[in-house]
Amino acid sequence: MTRRSTIPAALGLAAIAALAACSPAGPNDTVTVLAAASLTDVFTELAEDFEAGHPGVDVQLSLAGSSTLAAQVVAGAPADVLATASAATMQTVLDADAATASTVFARNTLMIAVPPGNPGHVRGPADLADPGLSIALCAPEVPCGAAALDTFEAIGVDPAPDTLEPDVRAVLTKVELGEVDAGVVYRTDVRAAGDRVEGVALPGAVSTDYDLAVLTEAPHPELGAQFVALVLSPTGADALARAGFLAP
Amino acid sequence: MTRRPRRRAPVGLVVPALVGAAFLVLPLVALLVRAPWGSMGALLTDPAALDALRLSLVSAGAATAISLVLGVPLAWVLARSGLPGMRALRAAVTVPLVLPPVVGGVALLLLLGRRGLVGQHLEALGIQVPFTTAAVVLAEAFVAMPFLVVSVDGALRAADRRAEELAATLGAGPFLVARRITLPTIAPAVAAGAALAFARALGEFGATITFAGSFPGTTRTMPLAIYLAMQQDPATAVALSVVLLAVSVAVLGLLRDPWLVRP
Repeated sequence: MTRRSTIPAALGLAAIAALAACSPAGPNDTVTVLAAASLTDVFTELAEDFEAGHPGVDVQLSLAGSSTLAAQVVAGAPADVLATASAATMQTVLDADAATASTVFARNTLMIAVPPGNPGHVRGPADLADPGLSIALCAPEVPCGAAALDTFEAIGVDPAPDTLEPDVRAVLTKVELGEVDAGVVYRTDVRAAGDRVEGVALPGAVSTDYDLAVLTEAPHPELGAQFVALVLSPTGADALARAGFLAP
Repeated sequence: MTRRPRRRAPVGLVVPALVGAAFLVLPLVALLVRAPWGSMGALLTDPAALDALRLSLVSAGAATAISLVLGVPLAWVLARSGLPGMRALRAAVTVPLVLPPVVGGVALLLLLGRRGLVGQHLEALGIQVPFTTAAVVLAEAFVAMPFLVVSVDGALRAADRRAEELAATLGAGPFLVARRITLPTIAPAVAAGAALAFARALGEFGATITFAGSFPGTTRTMPLAIYLAMQQDPATAVALSVVLLAVSVAVLGLLRDPWLVRP
């Protein structure tokens, strides 16, 4: 999120005054976007694009575990857009009538992340069953943990985790710090971490759908819809692809 | 005889005072109102909830014990040793009191993690601290012990030393003076400090999840279980919260006990 100082905001105000006839968005409006932690980098980039295209509009990004965000929305958090890392999590929001429709905009799959140099010599999913290694997974209560659970069930591995973290970035951090020998994260997280972690393939990993919706109680529904349109546009698709997401 | 005129409390104070009181009390009222009382029994006898409660009580108890064993002597040295640098040391050991707990967790990782200053040598010996119950206890003791140290240090510095001096002139050795005169004097402060430390340890979240991780039965204490339950099963989160609230109120009740009130 970028906050502007007063002077550029005043310039933006002048610009928006000229556009006022064709844009319902007033100056210094804020569009609040709640997004799954794994979307941190892409949505930060898209938020900057959006602000560049909408002078005077601030994008307030709130990044957390999808389930936390969904719970906040159902509890009435004043937000315009919600992007979750799982269709099931979005369903809880639809069921609560906090949104009427949602769109799958990307897919992601899981991957094993290991610290540089792979100190635990992790070669594949079977190594995650080794109780001698330190393993971090997401808790089954959050989408990355549910996907990991489904994957391990599908490939017949019984993992021996040492910690079940509340979101995927917490798993990645434990890997980056070298506190665990391996963690299961999204393949986009491995890419985002650059050379701070190494990726090991997780064959048979299930993919998760990323779901996007404008919320029923959105304070700025038009801006919210415009942000959703940006995510679904070729610009959005390109940013998602560069971050390692798969097309829906 | 002058009678003090009864003044009505100024509205300018009463209104913000009421708002302040409401702000502190209403969230807890909401917690109690919305608690799933009907299914409370089933939610709390769930093995995962019992695991978390047991782990919380055991680890907070252990952290309090460590705080007592190390914190009372530390407070004693701070208050009574007369050594140089005590003012700086006092400031240093109370830093965890004001430090965001998650920073404490990061600091513990950098000391005792697998690549930490000390942790890398422990790792070579085959000892791993993070992701163990010991790590939970350490994280809790780190944030809780300063409460005990501050309480006992304050009592020692405020204590009237004449009785100690008198006992010494009557021939009592320093150990006897400490055991028979000083310790009974500061006992209420030790108890109050221990109760505060226990309450703080029980509520520890940031340092624990950062340093110890979250695994059922090993490192997932009540606050971590509540946070996770909130993601999927708010009713369980509320039920667990009510239990922690009850324990906290019990600790407060202990602090209110006349025996603990400083004379």
